[in-house]
Amino acid sequence: MTRTVEAVIGAEEDVRREPEAIEIEQGASLWRDAWHRLGRNRLALISLFIFIAISLFCIVGPFLSPWDSQAQDLMKGAQGPTAEHWFGTDTLGRDLMVRVMEGGRISLLVGLIATVVALLIGVIYGATAGYVGGRTDSVMMRIVDLLYAIPFTIFVILLMVAFGRSLWLMFVAIGAVEWLTMARIVRSGVMALRKQEFIEAAVSLGYSHRRIILRHLIPNVLGPVIVVATLTVPAVMLLEAFLSFLGLGVQPPNASWGVLINEGQQNMEIFPWLLIFPAFFFALTLFSLNFLGDGLRDALDPKSARD
Amino acid sequence: MALLEVHDLATSFHLRSGLVRAVDGVSFEVERGQTVGIVGESGSGKSVTCYSIMRLIQEPGRIDRGVVMFDGEDLFKVSESRMREIRGGRIAMIFQDPMTSLNPFLKVSTQMIESLRLHSDLDYKAALHQAIDSLEEVGIADAEKRIHGYPHEFSGGMRQRVMIASALLTKPDLLIADEPTTALDVTIQAQVLDLLKRRQEQLGTAIILVTHDLGVVAGNCDRVNVMYAGRDVESGTTDQIFYEPQHPYTRALQKAIPSLQDKGDLLYTVPGTPPDLSKPIQGCAFYPRCPYPKLAPPEGPQPEIVVLTKGHCFQDCQYCDRSRPIEDVLTRDVPEAAE
Repeated sequence: MTRTVEAVIGAEEDVRREPEAIEIEQGASLWRDAWHRLGRNRLALISLFIFIAISLFCIVGPFLSPWDSQAQDLMKGAQGPTAEHWFGTDTLGRDLMVRVMEGGRISLLVGLIATVVALLIGVIYGATAGYVGGRTDSVMMRIVDLLYAIPFTIFVILLMVAFGRSLWLMFVAIGAVEWLTMARIVRSGVMALRKQEFIEAAVSLGYSHRRIILRHLIPNVLGPVIVVATLTVPAVMLLEAFLSFLGLGVQPPNASWGVLINEGQQNMEIFPWLLIFPAFFFALTLFSLNFLGDGLRDALDPKSARD
Repeated sequence: MALLEVHDLATSFHLRSGLVRAVDGVSFEVERGQTVGIVGESGSGKSVTCYSIMRLIQEPGRIDRGVVMFDGEDLFKVSESRMREIRGGRIAMIFQDPMTSLNPFLKVSTQMIESLRLHSDLDYKAALHQAIDSLEEVGIADAEKRIHGYPHEFSGGMRQRVMIASALLTKPDLLIADEPTTALDVTIQAQVLDLLKRRQEQLGTAIILVTHDLGVVAGNCDRVNVMYAGRDVESGTTDQIFYEPQHPYTRALQKAIPSLQDKGDLLYTVPGTPPDLSKPIQGCAFYPRCPYPKLAPPEGPQPEIVVLTKGHCFQDCQYCDRSRPIEDVLTRDVPEAAE
């Protein structure tokens, strides 16, 4: 009630003030709005906060810690949490907290970079295939099918043999596999949208194909894409752990969360903290990313706006 | 010279089940500032004609022949980039269903400004002001606030008004309205049509109004093209089409308008359904449904187009006897139904 009264009284001023306020909204108003709506989603905000905190913990933590992640002290091997070693030590007497932090760096890097790579390739490839359609689409999707058919492990081993072992190669290998699912999802979404009248309207307004794909099609399929992306991050982290287990990923004495969890579960009954700490951070990261993804999906859908 | 000249346009769809000749030899002209109606039942090729003019036909459709001259340019010969300048800039289009013709993810302002800036040198602020002005022109209250809303915050009638506003934003010479009122309820229909008419008077835009509603045609069009099975069967001024229909199909249509018939009479309907366009049509496409006494089985190409008086022409089919008024034919054909 009060708002309406104010609006009526302040209407004249509003008209004059409006143009300046509007100017800021230029360009990526979709993202601005999404950000604004995300700000109203408490769960997503908390998740974002937790995710940033974990990232900071992993990135900055090792510089502040008095321990070296590779310094062994066999006399203090496999101790539970103490005032000295907050997370305890592993069987070789290395400080677990620093190892969790440094492992987190690698896991987060792999998870995010590989997902972003998969996202970029998959969305652009899938949107193009779905939009162009016809024979181009058939050829493009057969290529995807072909890549699907190659066993992942063999693919990675071949890459390692050909280019030697490196962390970057692992990003490439994982990214090269994960984009396939993304491409399929985006393609089906785009195919459904292509027949909609607003796309025809966009063509009839003289927009270029590039503009239609980037500005009118992709934002409309972002919902499912984000859900898949949030599921991809943990999948990628697990893949990395799997590769490391095979000796193709992160090599000792370096560690990632996947590697630490793997080590921890071997001694789960005797030294449970070796599993609990890395697993806790891993799980917390996944939770926060999932909630963040959900929030982002809602935020990107203008219809979910409730004032 | 007319603004738009369509000559012998033919578009077909190459489907697995065969070749569908959706439009087969359509010709008409649109003068500046004029409203030309295209009427016909569903599947008669009205929309395909419009899409062909805009070169928006997608696979498996193909434009087989014909010339579309727009203001001295042959639209089938210009480059795709030139065509993009014309689309939205000089020829705009509005669609049947306002619910789906706006991008649900972008604000109305973004969508309106996007096309305006693409076709002019305006900066954001100037474009926004024009967009707000044009929304006010189409009667959206509180336009400078509403323009920042999303499409789902507008009702169907409002969305169609938004579509009209944004289509006319670039001051196109020609507006193609593909059944703009079909998805709207009757009161809103009248509003939208009035609006189109008013904006046309203000801007001098020519309009191609596609519809299957003869009432809409009568109230809004200067000229009418009657289409049947992808062909032009008759064209003329609105008065000519309504008061002196020549082709049996036009006569049957006119006879089927409830408000033109006497109260209490049985309402006439055209029997049968349109022909299957994937099969070749012998002679007159309307022959199987023609209410007139039949003279000879149709064969060969389409009947010749003859000019009755200036600007009024029709397909002169020789397969039936059109000499009697349709009422005579009807009373003879359905005596028991009159009881």
